[in-house]
Amino acid sequence: MKGLLTGLLLVVVASAAAAAEEPRVIKITAKKFEYSPSEVHIKRGEHVVLELTSLDRKHGFKLPELGIRADVPPGGTARVEVTAEKAGRFPFACDVFCGDGHEDMAGTLVVDP
Amino acid sequence: MRIDRRELMKLLGLGGVVLGSGLPGFSLAASKGKGAEDFFFLQLSDTHWGFSGPPNPEADRTLKQVVQVVNASKAKPDFVVFTGDLTHTTDDDALRRKRMTEFKTIVSELRVPKTYFLPGEHDASLDKGQAYQEHFGVLHQSFQHKGVHFIALDNVSDPSGAVGDTQIDWLKSELAKLDKDAPIVVLTHRPLFDLYPQWDWATADGSKVISVLEPYRHLTVFYGHIHQENHRMTGHIAHHSAKSLMFPLPAPGSVPKRVAVPWDAEHPGRGLGYREVEVAGKDGAVTLEEYDVHGARV
Repeated sequence: MKGLLTGLLLVVVASAAAAAEEPRVIKITAKKFEYSPSEVHIKRGEHVVLELTSLDRKHGFKLPELGIRADVPPGGTARVEVTAEKAGRFPFACDVFCGDGHEDMAGTLVVDP
Repeated sequence: MRIDRRELMKLLGLGGVVLGSGLPGFSLAASKGKGAEDFFFLQLSDTHWGFSGPPNPEADRTLKQVVQVVNASKAKPDFVVFTGDLTHTTDDDALRRKRMTEFKTIVSELRVPKTYFLPGEHDASLDKGQAYQEHFGVLHQSFQHKGVHFIALDNVSDPSGAVGDTQIDWLKSELAKLDKDAPIVVLTHRPLFDLYPQWDWATADGSKVISVLEPYRHLTVFYGHIHQENHRMTGHIAHHSAKSLMFPLPAPGSVPKRVAVPWDAEHPGRGLGYREVEVAGKDGAVTLEEYDVHGARV
């Protein structure tokens, strides 16, 4: 009986650890000329996946201060893993020219303390 | 009031670099010898023909006004170079061509011996330079002028803002013909270095390009894109951006959003202008003079 309880406890602990390692997925859509949401909050040290989907044409996603960039293909999805060790506001922008309004296509990753 | 560019550079904290290395100009003395001929050219940029909106209520007149100002000047430049965003972008291919035709008609009135054009992303990114090439010819080129080698790079027809390996190979082959002390001017639309990539003020593979330029000791870069003067060094290479002739943009990262500086009704055209680049044959120095849309030195 004692052995069974120990086994169950180990399974529970292992499942909890696996759940803790699973990054939170944050979905962001891209279309001319905006990201939605345009402001994304994560906690300092949190490991997340940004799942970017384009609703119209090819866009880019560039977050220079964290060394991140990705193409967001039309009708496709790009997944970007982020772990921010420093709190702050980090701007991101489209870096694939997409038309008259490209310059407005930007957002902010907010890393809360 | 005349503001000497060298004094301005000192005020900007670049004086030591300027005085120490001969930059932001370069010394042509070694390769051109005594008695080499002085010349100057004009850099006009970001004319965005076709734009309309509150940032410039005179959008349909500014470029024409500057053409008149240049024509009225007693001293004639050897040439004028337009460093990109000649037209404002549109998804409509026919309208893009119409704007390019109108732009060409307006600048054809310039009474100067020669004009050179570079594409900006507004001209060339949406159709990979197709309409631009129909109207203005090649996307990148080189030319010689009075002993100075000019290289115009295209960092816009790829919508991701890259020069690309093919063009970098071409650049290498162009430079391979030159002595490491040859006077070289590189022209681009976007900055080759990471000026402020958060606003897409960079070239995707700019560091590759700069590493190719690096061995050449007397090389200066002139570019546009950011709608304001900016002077920056990467190693020994000076990079100078020009003002726009449509609307100014804020200093890099100075405000949360990259939006046009509002039109100043009290001072129409404030923040707009063009540049004169003087190349002195005597000592090879390059001197920059900035002008507003009325032709006054600023």
